[in-house]
Amino acid sequence: MLTVENLNVYYGGIHALKGVSFQVRQREIVTLIGANGAGKTTTLKTISGLVRARNGKISYQDRDISSTPAHIIARDGLCHVPEGRRVFANMTVAENLALGAYHRRDQQGIKRDLEWVYELFPRLAERRQQLAGTLSGGEQQMLAIGRGLMSHPRLLLLDEPSMGLAPLLVREIFEIVKQINASGMTVLLVEQNAHMALSVADTAYVLETGRIVFSGPAREVAANKQVREAYLGA
Amino acid sequence: MQEVIQQLVNGISLGSIYGLIALGYTMVYGIIRLINFAHGDIYMIGAFVGYFAIRNFNLSFLPALLVAMAVCAALGTAIERLAYRPLRNSTRIAALITAIGVSFLIQNAALLAWTPDPRSYPDVFPLRTYEIGGVFVDNRQITILSVAVALMVVLHYIVNFTQIGRAMRAVAIDADTARLMGIDVDRVISFTFALGSALAAAAGVLVGIYYNRIEPTMGAMPGLKAFVAAVLGGIGVIPGAMLGGLVMGVAEVAVVALTASTWKDAVAFAILIVILLVKPAGLLGRQVREKV
Repeated sequence: MLTVENLNVYYGGIHALKGVSFQVRQREIVTLIGANGAGKTTTLKTISGLVRARNGKISYQDRDISSTPAHIIARDGLCHVPEGRRVFANMTVAENLALGAYHRRDQQGIKRDLEWVYELFPRLAERRQQLAGTLSGGEQQMLAIGRGLMSHPRLLLLDEPSMGLAPLLVREIFEIVKQINASGMTVLLVEQNAHMALSVADTAYVLETGRIVFSGPAREVAANKQVREAYLGA
Repeated sequence: MQEVIQQLVNGISLGSIYGLIALGYTMVYGIIRLINFAHGDIYMIGAFVGYFAIRNFNLSFLPALLVAMAVCAALGTAIERLAYRPLRNSTRIAALITAIGVSFLIQNAALLAWTPDPRSYPDVFPLRTYEIGGVFVDNRQITILSVAVALMVVLHYIVNFTQIGRAMRAVAIDADTARLMGIDVDRVISFTFALGSALAAAAGVLVGIYYNRIEPTMGAMPGLKAFVAAVLGGIGVIPGAMLGGLVMGVAEVAVVALTASTWKDAVAFAILIVILLVKPAGLLGRQVREKV
């Protein structure tokens, strides 16, 4: 579904991604784990078109999207839920969700997805007229994911959904990621919380200072001695 | 008392014009953080387009107003496309200096095309004055006020209740995240310039009718005053621009009534200085820290 080949990204003089290659197959949960500054967020931003690669190729559904503008990529069913939630703070929950469906015209489908999102996150339904900025961190994360789902994506990129959340909430969010995936959506998950990420993912890639250093089925990656020492604290 | 109400009526008429111009400043600033110094000149072009529409094409008031708004919407979009968009990723000062350059360009082109001589605006409707309890209100003031209010209501509706309005607010808050929603940010910016410029054009036509006199340099002072109005209300805040405009109009009229008309322009800048000292975020603005 998504193939990234030999991606090189620079920020000014800093070589942020050094020949990153990986693959996401349909209906999988793929996770990209690594320390702060390893290039996880940069990878997602490059895929969704917010950052341009100097070279390399990104194919999504067999089409090269390396130079497609971000808003066109978003309209094509590739949805990026950014790090730090980035909800539109002085707009209501309902308005945020409506913006998620900005490019859609199928009113029936939008309505169905809205019901689905409110079902996944009942707390959003309770707070639909509340300003997004007044929500708690966990609720904002739910809103960010819900807003992403409103675009009815085929591929969902999630950047650090667990960031700054209490352990109980983290588990709740990951439970929902699994549900979303079970509904047929492919997920590319970026996480610092390697433990949680590896427990839900099918395939995992370990990113270290801009390079993929290790990859394989999530179970094998979780069992690897070096990965355990470096990322799982064991 | 009658005198106070009389001055209030005059001030509100003038203020609603400042408010219309201020809206363009504030919307553009809200979305791309640029003070569009050419905005006052778009207002001037609007006045001239209205003038020619009425005089040369025999249009009546409302069609002339709409033509002026349409022409300026196109002009505003073109300016953004040619002058500001190429500088989108450069420093803010570069765009600001460009805006001043565009202002000079338009103003001097107008001087060349239409000569510096003031022209008297064609009479679209004969002046009628009504007396209500000793206060004089004329049909031009009523027109200005009703057109301004109608436009502000339409703008409020667009910004708050339509898809494109929601997109405008989203881009103003966070352009990158708006892109991730599939919003074409360039299109939203074009639309914002079109909207702001159309409002300025309407203000231009209204001023032509109110003061019955237009000239190519007429945009400079109202442009600056409307900018002050936008800052006063809280730059980037749409209701703030309307409020700021009204306060400015009333203050100006009051100062002229109480002192001498030579203080007319000084009051605007006195307000600017005071607001920057006392409440830099403006009356309705919230204190935000600059993103680094």
